[in-house]
Amino acid sequence: MTEIVRLKNVHKWFGDNHVLKGVDLSVKKGEIVAIIGQSGSGKSTALRCMDHLEIINEGEISVCGHTFGAGISSSDLKSLRLDVGIVFQSYNLFPHLTVEQNITLAPRSVRKMPKQQARQIALDVLTQVGLADKLAFYPEQLSGGQQQRVAIARSLAMDPKLMLFDEVTSALDPQLTGEVLRVIEKLAAGGMTMVLVTHEMAFAMKLAHRIIFMFEGKIHEQGTADILRNPKTPELQQFVSNGL
Amino acid sequence: MNNDQILYLLQGAWGTVELSVLTFVFSAALGLAIALMRVSASQTLRGCAFGYINLIQGTPLLVIMGVCFYGPSILGFTETSPMFAAVLALTVHAAAFLGEIWRGCIESVPKNQWEAAECLGLNRIQRMFKVILPQALRIATPPTVGFMVQIVKNTSFASLVIGFAELSYNAKILNNSTFKPFLYFGVAAALYFVICYPLSWVSLKLERKLTVARDQG
Repeated sequence: MTEIVRLKNVHKWFGDNHVLKGVDLSVKKGEIVAIIGQSGSGKSTALRCMDHLEIINEGEISVCGHTFGAGISSSDLKSLRLDVGIVFQSYNLFPHLTVEQNITLAPRSVRKMPKQQARQIALDVLTQVGLADKLAFYPEQLSGGQQQRVAIARSLAMDPKLMLFDEVTSALDPQLTGEVLRVIEKLAAGGMTMVLVTHEMAFAMKLAHRIIFMFEGKIHEQGTADILRNPKTPELQQFVSNGL
Repeated sequence: MNNDQILYLLQGAWGTVELSVLTFVFSAALGLAIALMRVSASQTLRGCAFGYINLIQGTPLLVIMGVCFYGPSILGFTETSPMFAAVLALTVHAAAFLGEIWRGCIESVPKNQWEAAECLGLNRIQRMFKVILPQALRIATPPTVGFMVQIVKNTSFASLVIGFAELSYNAKILNNSTFKPFLYFGVAAALYFVICYPLSWVSLKLERKLTVARDQG
């Protein structure tokens, strides 16, 4: 199978703070990888590095065929952003645009798609996340869970090869979390390659092909859902028992 | 105070309005350019805008008026119309302040909006014009309208150096021949109030509306 993501000895400092201490990771096409770990373990940073939102200090990253280190050519960056969809904890919808405009903005201005076609795509992706009736709404008129589903739809509209999810349910209550997770499950069933940073252990166990436990800037333990049932390292044991 | 004098003051008030509107239009264009330069990726552009703002904010408007009125003739242009010199000076002055106000508004749009737009593949110009500026505009409206009041009042400086026939100038002329400063300057003050108060009122309204929207959001 083709490799979609590869991190090779990735290091990242925020000032004196050594956040990523040599991360190696490979994700294959169609694979679903969940990254778990405590706050400050570097899991979100690792994810953000994959979309070049954080610039790494050392090492090499290859995502969807675009290889970069600290620097990246602007044409590579542009195609990287087209190939990768990312969804954030705080939704980050554009508050001055309707749901439809939020979704069609990138297809129209980046892919130069005609209005009608972009509109059709908006309708398609909204149907996927179950919000086809909210086309004309503004983000502030929607619940948190609905906003997050629109954010997912907005990424899907660009037809990404890889989806990154950065703690997408952390700002939601359990009920709303459920509706967002169901959308992600549907995507998984469709064969989308995904990397998720999450605190939802049960969800990670159910959905992910591989779970990665990060601890102090390194991948500490990884494997199938079994590693959460039978953790080998004391750190993961501790982490799992805290979660229960 | 006879009808001619009232008419003369009203003509002055019209001059003030003209000067204010022209200044606002030109300083808005220049101010936007300055604000965009201040947040640009290029250090040279940022530096130029920063220098301009500091230079202008550190120079009295009266001095800028003098430079704009007498400067062109020193450079060899035979005649500088008072209107041109006044609008130029006020524009140069107001643009520095508007640029700085708007830079603040642009920077107060949350960073994650930039990030979201960036991740969708929008380039820097698209991010600025389609995502950031529309949001900054909302934030900018109250302080901008508030600053328009300053512009209206600042037009009175044109009477001192340039002798442009605006409200203060006409009040001064009337006083010079009648020696009733309290009457003419009092009426001038009332006319300034009539021009400025609606702006202040709109500014306040917009601010309240924005606060309410933010509280609900």
